Amino acid sequence: MLLLQVIVGGLLLGAVYALFSSGLTLIWGMMNFINFAHGEFVMLGMYVALVVVTWIGGGPAAFGLGAAFALFVLGVVVYLSLIRHVVRGPMLAQILSTFGLALLLRYSAFWIFSANFVSLPQTSLSGTVNLAGILMPVAQLVAGVVAITLTVALHLLLARTALGSRLLAVAEDRNAAMLMGIRPDRMQALAWGLSAGAAGIAGALMAIAYPWSPSVGETFGLTAFVVVALGGFGSVPGALYAGLIIGLIQALSAYWLGPVYKDIVVYALFAALLWLRPQGLLGRA
Amino acid sequence: MKRTSALRVAALAACAAFLYSIASPAADSVKIGILWPLTGNAAAAGQASKAAAELAAEIVNHAHPELGDLPLAKTAGLPNMGGATLELVFVDHQGNPSLAQQLATRLITQDKVNVLLGAYQSSCSFTATAVAERYGVPFMVGESAALNITGRGFRWVFRGTPIASDYARTYMRFFTDMRKSGTTIGSIAIVNENTDYGTSVADAIVAEAKKADISVAIRIPYSASSSDVSAQVLQLKEKKPDVVIFISYTADSILYMKTMRNLDYRPAMVIGDDTGFSDPSFIPAVADIAQGAMNRSAWAIGKPGSTTYRINEMYKAKTGRDLDDTSARNMQSFFALADALNRAGSTDPEKMRAALAQTDLKPEQLMMGYQGVKFDSTGQNVLAATYLIQLHGSRYELVWPDRAATAKLQWPMKGWTR
Repeated sequence: MLLLQVIVGGLLLGAVYALFSSGLTLIWGMMNFINFAHGEFVMLGMYVALVVVTWIGGGPAAFGLGAAFALFVLGVVVYLSLIRHVVRGPMLAQILSTFGLALLLRYSAFWIFSANFVSLPQTSLSGTVNLAGILMPVAQLVAGVVAITLTVALHLLLARTALGSRLLAVAEDRNAAMLMGIRPDRMQALAWGLSAGAAGIAGALMAIAYPWSPSVGETFGLTAFVVVALGGFGSVPGALYAGLIIGLIQALSAYWLGPVYKDIVVYALFAALLWLRPQGLLGRA
Repeated sequence: MKRTSALRVAALAACAAFLYSIASPAADSVKIGILWPLTGNAAAAGQASKAAAELAAEIVNHAHPELGDLPLAKTAGLPNMGGATLELVFVDHQGNPSLAQQLATRLITQDKVNVLLGAYQSSCSFTATAVAERYGVPFMVGESAALNITGRGFRWVFRGTPIASDYARTYMRFFTDMRKSGTTIGSIAIVNENTDYGTSVADAIVAEAKKADISVAIRIPYSASSSDVSAQVLQLKEKKPDVVIFISYTADSILYMKTMRNLDYRPAMVIGDDTGFSDPSFIPAVADIAQGAMNRSAWAIGKPGSTTYRINEMYKAKTGRDLDDTSARNMQSFFALADALNRAGSTDPEKMRAALAQTDLKPEQLMMGYQGVKFDSTGQNVLAATYLIQLHGSRYELVWPDRAATAKLQWPMKGWTR
């Protein structure tokens, strides 16, 4: 029974990993561009949730959507003002631009919100449900379900809709897409908006359960990279599987071997998998 | 014309200032280099301590006769150095031991500080003190608790705070007291973050528990940057210890309390080894789910009108918060350092070191619940001690030992139950 509890906890955590990693993998798939500020987007999503709760007094639906919307706008702004220009530059400029953006966002958050740890006050999602002896915190349960739903929705958007086809067309061949009457800038701005929006809503969901400070983005950023690499760069379903697998492995190894070993186990398996399958679980070789 | 005269005045002023500075070297300032984590995981604690150090410097630099026997409060500046004032140079090591080492070197070689104070995380104090020892600059360890910081044969390192073994002994005395009054304490569990601080305190508790004949059901080391601790809480749930002692930093201790609530795990008692449990963000985050959680503190606000009460009011006016134990221990170490600087009467390193070694502060000269401040040959304060406090409502009350208690101990803890 205890083991089942550990497994459920791991999967719920993994689902949230999947949600915030799906945005990162989307940008990679669209533009071959690594966004080092992705963890900071998650962090900002958490603070947007806090601001909405403390100033407006909204519930989880309000702060979740608020964070998604605010970060969507931020993603579009970041694309139009920064990314659009640096993609024409050398590779190094691309990497360093988002790295710089990460630092800018992190220290702006230090300046505005101070270094103190904060957490959301009790919300309607603060309780736990007891499902046949398995205790599931409502917040994590909702976060997990929303995360899986959104990740699947993002996948369907890309794979099944005309909009998705246009997004992928730009990713495939920018010039050919332009000849077909698609405006690549608009599509890529949208991709950045979706990516940041997913990170924002993931942050808002995490904020219900975890205390955080402006430096929390470092931890999330790293996890997101591992999830994306394991799932296969550019693959949204890959990010979903990889997120769940990593959450599960972390929980099981922490339970069986002790918490200090959990990251060793995760990264050892990660390295082993990349050795066998460098493109990741669902990545294209 | 106007411009030349202005220039002349400026030049004269500069000359005067220069002459003044040669004529009275004593009324200069003494530079104290302070290393704390001002950003990063433990930034909140670092910032709180920074405010405390600034307040302590303000108390030393200006006359505060209302603060009783607190050393250097009555006078402005350091009287034995012609009223020299304390100048603080803060640096941020972000909780990174190698950065702490570099910054200590920079403070000594470039900023030319006279003494050093720091460094919160034991791992950072460990590296930074080694630099001070190499350069022969006195280093006051404000509040880091790991055993191995003193006891390396260093001459230049002093520590005002109680250390891991003092705390461990306190916990065991408390358990023995509880057993005498009929409370069952079969076994305890220790959950510690896995850097120098958590490891050394946990080691000390294991050793003292053995002596006190209390069995340790499980010991769980973990990394303080964990984003999920459910597996650890489930391990505790399985072992059913009567008391769980947490040696944790801020985010992780909040996360533990929330996870315990979520997984419906409530042991008879939770004891936090200060640090995370004393962080200003801890109470607002978990007050409604961690009622009765215990913590240690050598700091108590005291009755209105007392010196400690006045210090707390000043701190509150500055920061909007009550002074916490961590910052207060740093502040106490700061006062002990300032007292020694004054007795040294000069910034000659050997003289400062000798004055520190001869420190002998009495309980009434302190703001903390120590028996005094007196350093042994390793630089450790041998008169340091601590109280135990318990979360009642939205504040900690002093509950043990009985002679000092301001409220009655609640056992078992209520947690989230009403």
